[in-house]
Amino acid sequence: MTTMLTLENLTVELGPKDARRQVVRGVSLNLQAGRIQGLAGESGSGKTVTAMAVLGLLPASARVTGSARLGEVDLTSLRPRELNRIRGRRVAMVFQDPSASLHPQITIGAQLTDHLRHHLGLKRKAAQRQAMELLARVKVPHPQEALSRFPHQFSGGQRQRIAIAIALACDPEVLLADEPTTALDVTVQAGILHLLRELVDERDLAVLLVTHDLGVMSAVADDVAVMRDGRVVESGTRAQMFTDPQHPYTRQLLEAMPDAQESEVL
Amino acid sequence: MVAPTRAARNRTSGSALPRYLLRRLGTSIVLLIGVTLVTFVLTALVPGDPIAAALGEGAIQNEATVQAYRERYGMDRSLPERYLLYLLALLQGDLGTSIRTSRPVMEELSTALPATVEVAFGAIVVSLAVALVLGTIAAYRSGKLADQVVRVVSLVGLSVPTFWLAIMVYRLFFMQLGWAPGSGRLSPALNPPPRVTGLYLIDFAIDGDPVGFIDAAAHLALPVLVLSLFTIGLLTRFIRTSVLEVLSTDYIRAARAKGLPARRVIVGYLLRGASLPILTMVGIAFGALLSGTVLVEAVFAWPGLGTYAYYAAINLDLPAVMGVGLVVGVVYVVINLIVDLLYGVLDPRVRLG
Amino acid sequence: MSTSASRVSRAAEARVSRRSRRRLPAAWRSPLAVIGLVIAAVWFLAAILAPWIAPYDPLAQSLPRLTPPGEASIMGTDALGRDVFSRLLHGARVTIPLAGMLVACAMVLGTVIGAVAGYVGGWVDEVLGRLTDLFMAFPTVILAMVIAASLGPSLYNAVLAGIVVTWPMYARVTRSLVLSLRSQNYVIASRLLGYSPWRSLGTDILPNMLGPVLVLASLEVGTAILLLTGLSFLGLGAQPPTAEWGSMISGAMQNIDSWWLGVFPGLAILTVVMAFNFIGDSLRDVLDPLSSAERQGAGAAAPPASAQDEGADPVSALTSEISEQEAPR
Repeated sequence: MTTMLTLENLTVELGPKDARRQVVRGVSLNLQAGRIQGLAGESGSGKTVTAMAVLGLLPASARVTGSARLGEVDLTSLRPRELNRIRGRRVAMVFQDPSASLHPQITIGAQLTDHLRHHLGLKRKAAQRQAMELLARVKVPHPQEALSRFPHQFSGGQRQRIAIAIALACDPEVLLADEPTTALDVTVQAGILHLLRELVDERDLAVLLVTHDLGVMSAVADDVAVMRDGRVVESGTRAQMFTDPQHPYTRQLLEAMPDAQESEVL
Repeated sequence: MVAPTRAARNRTSGSALPRYLLRRLGTSIVLLIGVTLVTFVLTALVPGDPIAAALGEGAIQNEATVQAYRERYGMDRSLPERYLLYLLALLQGDLGTSIRTSRPVMEELSTALPATVEVAFGAIVVSLAVALVLGTIAAYRSGKLADQVVRVVSLVGLSVPTFWLAIMVYRLFFMQLGWAPGSGRLSPALNPPPRVTGLYLIDFAIDGDPVGFIDAAAHLALPVLVLSLFTIGLLTRFIRTSVLEVLSTDYIRAARAKGLPARRVIVGYLLRGASLPILTMVGIAFGALLSGTVLVEAVFAWPGLGTYAYYAAINLDLPAVMGVGLVVGVVYVVINLIVDLLYGVLDPRVRLG
Repeated sequence: MSTSASRVSRAAEARVSRRSRRRLPAAWRSPLAVIGLVIAAVWFLAAILAPWIAPYDPLAQSLPRLTPPGEASIMGTDALGRDVFSRLLHGARVTIPLAGMLVACAMVLGTVIGAVAGYVGGWVDEVLGRLTDLFMAFPTVILAMVIAASLGPSLYNAVLAGIVVTWPMYARVTRSLVLSLRSQNYVIASRLLGYSPWRSLGTDILPNMLGPVLVLASLEVGTAILLLTGLSFLGLGAQPPTAEWGSMISGAMQNIDSWWLGVFPGLAILTVVMAFNFIGDSLRDVLDPLSSAERQGAGAAAPPASAQDEGADPVSALTSEISEQEAPR
């Protein structure tokens, strides 16, 4: 097992100088290649902020301490230019709502190829060919035509598939997925999770899957960490977490979860 | 950049956009008829006596002269009759004859309008370029010193009386420093270019006359500078707000997460995302410029719409006043149509329904 | 844990963070309002005290002609031997009150028309809306010029022209405010309680509109001053020998070598307009609903919470259901 990304004592403070508050308090996690690390918790527990902090996507006023190491580099201490060489290329991100995270006025093709061309220096033709292959891989129908279409011409599920294709375009080592199925219909969710699992196995990706939905967690995560008030209160493998939860808060969450067994069928 | 424009060309036909534009055109025509009606009523009800204004105190004593004059300009008919006659003539492109100069109003407006459009367009280009930079900086530095500086600059820009600024820059750059040429559209020694568009810069370029082109550009410089300042103030505040709104969207975060350099995020994603409200505001600013030129044209002796409207107004030259009203209404409608068209180009959701 | 609940709390998070982001600039912004207030206060004082502090009669042609600023007259004299400084002070007495009058009249006219259009709706709204569009299609300065010229050049006619060209803006803003207020629970509640529709217009809607409309008006004072001085500059406003800033600048054009004739009245206009713009802009920050109403049309302006509590309580459960079904158009 290779560790791809290590969060150590990651702490984030948000807000203006006179009203700072700690949102993430010393989170430590290991992301392994080929495994999905779930990060669960209620909204406001700091799980999304943790993911954003890794890629430096928080507002400029945010203060991040601790480290997020990718191999030998600490992402939190990089200058913007250096960070840009890693964003999208070695660490990519999928957002919650694909209808908000895809630019409504730009074609799918352009959104898929601009970082391909920037990071890998591909010519336009080559980038488009690769984009088409990616779309085919994430099972977007008619990839050729899809390139010249706009986000609003696709269904929600297809849009999230496209967003995943964009994230995986430069073949990153680590994927941060922030509630990737929350905005989708339940019927579509399973398909996206299935795709995610396939891609992880196929590309040996290390994934941080942020979600409040324990059903999603039990369906695809290999390891699970539970966050509350900015801290990780419990972490372990999926099996440990769902059969033998230690922390009372985890038990509480599990009890509140409807039909955990059912979603495991996936 | 290339892909959407090509797609736009392919898809505009047979989509919802033409129908939408047709409907807009319909309401525009109603609006224009409204404009003619308002100008007509306004000029018909004026307490001022246009006949006295035109003939002078001496001639007005002469019954026969007044009668002939009334018949010549159709003033012996009833108001509705006169309005209908005006509309009928209008359909044939006839705006009547100016009382002040005895020349067809249409002909005079066709030289005055391009002069004003040239200045207004130049000012829009300059101020949009400046405002995009200032507004984006202010949005990025929201709440910081740079934001406050930009805010004060744009508020001051909105506070300067343009006619006064025009005199000041004229004094400074023409009379004292001699950097800029004097008033008018061209130096007296030069002849206007053969008329194609009426816009001197374009016509000189078509004619292949570099001397005339440079001279015309130099004459444009000061009026454009003066008019830009106000428009920069107007646009900067607005662009700041629009950019600030787009900055907090997920698609900007996603673009940054892709590792694109800041400049590409700003130009390719951020400004494109803010382009629709900015476009609307540019349309409004262009209308404001057409209006604002009146005061600036007076200072630079610029033979444009503003100068023409001014002389038409003080001489109570009714056909000319109505002509100006109509032309300005048409320009307003055309600007709105262009803005609508560009909406379709910039936003596939409008274009593709 | 339901998805929709998490979205709601996310939205709440976003709102909190946006509000706290705004707090920082607020500290920066107040100096602007203070500067604006100080400049405006100085000009108000100058306008009131002009007869006492002006060194000369603004109309008296008693001094040597076209003398540059010096000991006798600190801003020089004009082509007729009048003291520029004295004329400047008296000019404040002309322009500032007239601009205030213009804005007040346009505001009342526009607000009434917009409120009626938004509140009555139907064909009344349609007709008034078209009328507003029509007046907005004319460029303000050109229309004002035509009106001022046809009524005959005078300051009062210039004010009248200014009212005619500026009321539509108030009408538009008011209409969209009324549309959004009309669908608020407490307004619907008062209808359900059997009060007449006009009562809620007076007690609920008008008071809540006041803030945004006043902000707009304060921003418009500057525009009104620019319009009035501009018309006077063209000879369509103040007539000689009135001491008025726009016509002073117009006089400076005839003696363009005497720089002091133009510079000082221009600076006077600039500072007064700037003061009002600073004040109005700072007010806009405090009363944000206006800018959001302008941006998004109806449905954006939020009334103060206190007003909301008053009316809605007794039938809140009922009305919230109704307002969902009869949402604004």
